[in-house]
Amino acid sequence: MPHWLVEPGLWSNAAVHTGVTVGVVVAVVSAWVGLFTVLRSQSFAGHALADVATAGGAGAGLFGWSPLAGFVSGAVLGAGAMEAIGVERVRQRDVATGVVLGAATGLSALFLYLVSLNSTNSGTTQLVLFGSLFLVSSTTLWIVLGVSVVLSLVLAVIGRPLLFASVSPDAARARGVAVSRVAVLFTLVMAVTVGLSAIVLGSVLSTALLIGPPASALRLGRGLAQTAFASVALGAAAAALGVVVSYDSFYWWPSHRALPVSFCVVALIILELALVNLWRWHGARREAA
Amino acid sequence: MNDTVVEVRGVDVELAGHRVLSDVNFHIEAGEFAGLIGSNGAGKTTLLRLMLGLVDATRGEVLWPGDAREQRRVGYVPQKVNLDVDVPLRVCDFVALGLDGHRYGLRRRTRATWQRVDEVLDAVEALDLGSRRIGALSGGELQRVLLAHALVSRPELLLLDEPLANLDPGATQDIVDLLSRVHRRERVAVLLSAHDINSLIGVMDRVVYIANAHVASGPTDEVVRPDVLSALYGHHVDVVRVHGRVLVVTGDVSAVAVPEHPDLVVE
Repeated sequence: MPHWLVEPGLWSNAAVHTGVTVGVVVAVVSAWVGLFTVLRSQSFAGHALADVATAGGAGAGLFGWSPLAGFVSGAVLGAGAMEAIGVERVRQRDVATGVVLGAATGLSALFLYLVSLNSTNSGTTQLVLFGSLFLVSSTTLWIVLGVSVVLSLVLAVIGRPLLFASVSPDAARARGVAVSRVAVLFTLVMAVTVGLSAIVLGSVLSTALLIGPPASALRLGRGLAQTAFASVALGAAAAALGVVVSYDSFYWWPSHRALPVSFCVVALIILELALVNLWRWHGARREAA
Repeated sequence: MNDTVVEVRGVDVELAGHRVLSDVNFHIEAGEFAGLIGSNGAGKTTLLRLMLGLVDATRGEVLWPGDAREQRRVGYVPQKVNLDVDVPLRVCDFVALGLDGHRYGLRRRTRATWQRVDEVLDAVEALDLGSRRIGALSGGELQRVLLAHALVSRPELLLLDEPLANLDPGATQDIVDLLSRVHRRERVAVLLSAHDINSLIGVMDRVVYIANAHVASGPTDEVVRPDVLSALYGHHVDVVRVHGRVLVVTGDVSAVAVPEHPDLVVE
């Protein structure tokens, strides 16, 4: 690997191996789930679930539990609350999302304040909000892998009815699709995915992996399979390159302070979106000419 | 009854405490082309949703003598679909969902599925649209594709909810002619809701006229008459025929509304 691209020691560092693996796996699942999230206009719900994951992560920090368990259980409880309030119609869904978002933000503020009172938890706030991919343990890696496989399988099994219900809910109902049950199942899948994503980017930025790559891919692919492939490829590339850039940035300044991985991943996602839009704009201009 | 595809018997429907349908009775026979006619808000969509099992009747029942409903032999073209320009769905994939969109699992689509998709796209004269993104279609093209989507499972009855809304007169006539051809070729019964009876007069075997929560059904000439429609509306109604077009005129003579043309008020 050329020295100007990758600083020495990158591939011999176990924390980097774990970080890249977790980042890529979570990015792949997030991009796949995110495609349906965007198709179903549930980006706001995804963002709200990330905020609920913050409350879960902060609660876990306060009580000394695993951050992953906190993120995932927080997001799943949030999804349950949204469902209990009502998510079937778009307006109900917005109201339910807004209510859960407000409650979760309040809880997050409380938990993070309580965490800050304890001097032994000084890094917890940073970890919950912005993640710390290089601190992921090998146990967490295996849990993330297992949960990701389960999420992908569930989405593959419900994929066709979910797509049908997303584009034409009444026709899907008439054809025998249990539209409400499929919607609830997908919201749960989305919640767990947001929880996983919070491990990579922190809860504040976790929606970036869910929404960014699919948003770019929708401008590239013609059919669903092509778009899904593009979404997964863009998400995985942003996660892997983000880790590399973050590692390299340690050597960029004399102070030897690396850029946060979450910042690097999100910056690359935004760069991908900008390049895709530029490419589309250029294509449209050429067509017009 | 042997050739009856569906029978609606003595049905009442209430939504949010408001009676939308009252003592509705009619049937559709195999291979028949029926128009469900009524002004905006008359209850046409509710009636179609009732037939699909998406709305419950407070009284009465919908009977499917050949178990068509249970066997999912009903095709449905809804009034609205959620299709943004960015939806990454090709027309052929969307039509295929009408065949296997209700199935869970990881099965790949077979060659027979794609053959049926091509066959039905050809039937609605939209074979050339197969690889286009569905969100990028025009209104007329989208109606053809929605029709293919509903027909692909070889239904006995096709329910279409306002497929002519938002189409210009030329596109409206194209879709009606196409529906007439498809209805004969696929031997499928059709119940099509519309607020304008005129575009359907040449193709309808039966009209199901809905007004004031009640329904009158039968051949067009027997239903679209002043006495029948006056009884339906609960007050005097005139039926005026001008240059082969039918206008149903309600209210007093100084300012009358034409249900088929909600924007038109004759003074």
